[in-house]
Amino acid sequence: MWKFIVRRILITIPQIILLSVLIFLLAQAMPGDALSGLVDPNVSLEQKNALREKLGLNDPWYQKYGEWASGLVQGDLGQSFRFKMPVADLLEQRLINTFWLSLATLIITYIIAIPLGILSGRYNDSILDSSITGYTYLGFATPLFIFALVMLWVFGYQLQWFPTSGSVTPGLEPGTLEYVLSKARHLLLPAISMALIQTVSTVQYLRSEIVDTKQREFIITARAKGASESRVYNRHILRNSLLPIAAFFGYEITFLIGGTVFVEMIFGFPGMGQLFIESINLRDYSVVNAVVLIFGIAAILGALLSDIILSLVDPRIRIK
Amino acid sequence: MSNKLLEINNLRTSFRIGDKYYAAVDDVSLTVNKNEVLGIVGESGSGKSALAFSIMGLHTKARVEGNIFYKDQDIANIAPAKLNKLRGDDIAMIFQDPLTALNPLMKIGDQIAETLILHKPEMSQKQRKDRVIELINLVRIPRAEYVYEQFPHELSGGMRQRIVIAIAIANQPDLLIADEPTTALDVTIQAQVLDLIRELKDDLNSGVILITHDLGVVAEMADRVAVMYAGQIVEIADVHTLFENPLHPYTRSLLNSVPAEGQDKLHVIQGVVPSLQKLPRNGCRFAARIPWVDESAHEENPELHEVEPGHFVRCTCYSHFYFPDESKEAQVHGNS
Repeated sequence: MWKFIVRRILITIPQIILLSVLIFLLAQAMPGDALSGLVDPNVSLEQKNALREKLGLNDPWYQKYGEWASGLVQGDLGQSFRFKMPVADLLEQRLINTFWLSLATLIITYIIAIPLGILSGRYNDSILDSSITGYTYLGFATPLFIFALVMLWVFGYQLQWFPTSGSVTPGLEPGTLEYVLSKARHLLLPAISMALIQTVSTVQYLRSEIVDTKQREFIITARAKGASESRVYNRHILRNSLLPIAAFFGYEITFLIGGTVFVEMIFGFPGMGQLFIESINLRDYSVVNAVVLIFGIAAILGALLSDIILSLVDPRIRIK
Repeated sequence: MSNKLLEINNLRTSFRIGDKYYAAVDDVSLTVNKNEVLGIVGESGSGKSALAFSIMGLHTKARVEGNIFYKDQDIANIAPAKLNKLRGDDIAMIFQDPLTALNPLMKIGDQIAETLILHKPEMSQKQRKDRVIELINLVRIPRAEYVYEQFPHELSGGMRQRIVIAIAIANQPDLLIADEPTTALDVTIQAQVLDLIRELKDDLNSGVILITHDLGVVAEMADRVAVMYAGQIVEIADVHTLFENPLHPYTRSLLNSVPAEGQDKLHVIQGVVPSLQKLPRNGCRFAARIPWVDESAHEENPELHEVEPGHFVRCTCYSHFYFPDESKEAQVHGNS
């Protein structure tokens, strides 16, 4: 099994390198460079060209990629033109905010999905199942950005249960209890909004896994042994049905990335998603590059996590 | 009477299709004695497995009517808790597909141990493990300790079928139901598995219901044979009588379909078993497949007739049945 995990980890290295090349080439394909628009109009074209030569902007792409990549390895993601600060410093706080938001969303997603999926699968084709399935269809049909707006309007503005923007109340000292509670309060509404929509695929998945496993023959074997219904469910059906859900966990991260982009914009939550949209609008490409790279790496690591979880829980995957 | 292990009276098991119930097992009565192998034969769809599942109470969405007396206790529609005490302990079942009958995520040893946990909770962990190892040895799988820790996908089909048998016999059942235990296995393994079942029966003095569509297996294993067609028993007799003096057209057709030496053409029974919905519920159910026999030969409501002690045949058509000669068969075939 360790062999499998080590091999799987080794595969991610070329994946990440390929990802960085792709991102770099895409950035290169974008028109203009740092000198195109931002420099004093009095500077002549000759001077600009001289400056380009000096800054290495005319070097072939692989040379430029080499410089960029070696910077990346040392933690240097370049400078943000807009914020006039190193991209790495800019990302740090945003990354932490998005991490907590994603974690809260994941937890709420599973808190909703597992009981609903189990009920729906166990009592399939009952009224209970139909209402849960109805909810999942609604969830599939509702765009996250509309739903998040409605949630914000109802719980943020009308009922005023939650703050409507930001990630923390200004003026609180980091490290104090109030600071942590304020962070949690700011997280909750965007996390719930995202979870309520994202969870429906997991509910459906779990439901169909249970309905499927229920009809497998080893369930009949278990019943023939004299196992009670509850034992059949807990020992045989649930374990076999939760397995693909556990494996799905890592991929969930990919969906979260898409979700945070919308939700952070709507809730004015200073995270990676919001930074991503802002930077695109401001043509702050070194930031866009860094954000896309981090999103991409997160997705690759998510897939890695899925495979590792699966190899731990499913004996059929282990390679001897 | 004390020799009687299982007595089924007028069992009818129906499945719902749309909003009507259709009987897959229709008015079946039979008995199984201790230390006896009752063979049940019939082609696919004749209701053999549905009958076995009814005895085990394994149908979740079927309507089961009639009585199934196991040692004077009616288990046809018994409370689940009481049934679970019997299943796996007094009555056990061997399933037909060893590839799907085991939980892919559980160790072999744990799957066998589960039935011990359920019925012999007083056993210590050590005793239980010893018993499981003993069972794995009993079904002649080498390196039992090693196999204990393995998962189903690491074993061959034949080995898995033995594990299924080990689970079934773990608590020394009085009644063993084997539902086509050799269908999924190749011929050499088949013989070994059958030997195993026979030995176990002799050791435990149990009654066995052996469901199969392989007449060779029946001839070798069974003491008595019930032939099922379209949910009904059409003939029941001891094994010698059945093979030497088969009476019902269906039994005769089945036996005639077995390849024999010096025979260059196999007999083929025309048509197929009708589906549950299309099955005519009145008259002889086999009539449609022997159209050359005159309609007047059939009974209006065919019943089992005891033609000699212990030999029962359904419908009077057996006395008028004959195999059509080649040319006539072709002609009938052309007309239909």
